Amino acid sequence: MPQPEDRLTLDALRLDPEEAVDEIVERLGEVVSRNLRKRGALVGVSGGIDSSVTAALCVRALGPGKVMALLMPEKESSDDTLDLSRLLVDHLGVESVLEELSPILDAVGCYRRRDEAIQTVVPEYGPGWRAKLVLPSVLGGDRLPIFSVVVESPDGERSQARLTSGAYRAVVAATSFKQRTRKMLEYYHADRLDYAVVGTPNRLEYDQGFFVKCGDGSADLKPLAHLYKTQVYQLAELLGIPEEIRSRPPTTDTYSLPQTQDEFYFSVPYEVLDLCLYALNHGVPAAAVAPEVGLSVADVERIFHDIEGKRRATRPLHEPPFLLEPVPEVQTHTSASH
Amino acid sequence: MDRNEIENDVRRFITENFPLGDSGSELAGGDSLLEAGVIDSVGVLELIEFLEARYAISVPDGDVLPENLDSIDAIGGYVSSRLGSENHRPDAAA
Repeated sequence: MPQPEDRLTLDALRLDPEEAVDEIVERLGEVVSRNLRKRGALVGVSGGIDSSVTAALCVRALGPGKVMALLMPEKESSDDTLDLSRLLVDHLGVESVLEELSPILDAVGCYRRRDEAIQTVVPEYGPGWRAKLVLPSVLGGDRLPIFSVVVESPDGERSQARLTSGAYRAVVAATSFKQRTRKMLEYYHADRLDYAVVGTPNRLEYDQGFFVKCGDGSADLKPLAHLYKTQVYQLAELLGIPEEIRSRPPTTDTYSLPQTQDEFYFSVPYEVLDLCLYALNHGVPAAAVAPEVGLSVADVERIFHDIEGKRRATRPLHEPPFLLEPVPEVQTHTSASH
Repeated sequence: MDRNEIENDVRRFITENFPLGDSGSELAGGDSLLEAGVIDSVGVLELIEFLEARYAISVPDGDVLPENLDSIDAIGGYVSSRLGSENHRPDAAA
């Protein structure tokens, strides 16, 4: 049994926020101007904590005149997405552009293709209905992870149905149009301004592959990718991110029914997952984490297992395209470090 | 259908449908399919669909457990027990 002094607490994730911000700001400025040779930074903002902190760091590194915020709501975005995004833009004093995605998503068949896929498992699903995908919690037992769709009829009646593999893939492929359309517009504005596209994933999302390839997974740099979500909140406080944004629960903002990230992908709240991820990364046993997160040792081990499984399953998302023969004349920062 | 036959069927389905990647071509009967990286959460759905169609059984959500579905041996045992139970739906056979 670990001794009390071996117990891992949330203090392990506590940063010196000023020092962390200074380091990121210095590096971010260098990468944008020296490595990428760009005149500024473009950030797609959603009213969430990660994009807000990313934009604030860009402002510290480059100044408000060299940061563009892109607001890209669509008809299924959370009600507060646009208001919180505008609150951030005003707070930072940066320029912004509003791109309403719904006409593009309609034209490409995002909603129609997704709804047709849902109808294969819920035939009555149609106009006025809302849906989200859910995974069972990893806690409390050794269930295998299988995706279900939760639907809500126009009368507010909810039901849940197991997805088929084909329906799951089709729903995800269709909804990924949202992330990919956002990235297309980010690069349009970045190219027009000669700015870098700055991505917003935190360490949990990056490590666990919670992103869409050629969607939110694409960016010229990702300044938060090494930070646990808890640490992003610490930086948010130092950077003076408005309280309304800091107190908003993390959302995927992808499905028509409100969906927290816990329900769809992470299965447990981010504070718990952060500490478990830290423990796993530092070889801390489950028994030393369990008291702090209020879970049994078996449940922490299930979370470790789930983290490793997602890391393994999403590894290909991180890979640059494979070349069948080397092209030594072309060196990138990734190939140079190998 | 005996258990060996089921396990051979399942092994064939898995090797034909799930690229083995770095896990290599040798998959022991007791190996965890998820831990070996052979299947992921979508693969679990595909496996269930195969079992339901091939053996005319239903696999309720409550049965989607590692002890039933996470290795070829486990699947052999699970399907054998389902085939012996009243949940077998002979009319649903493909």
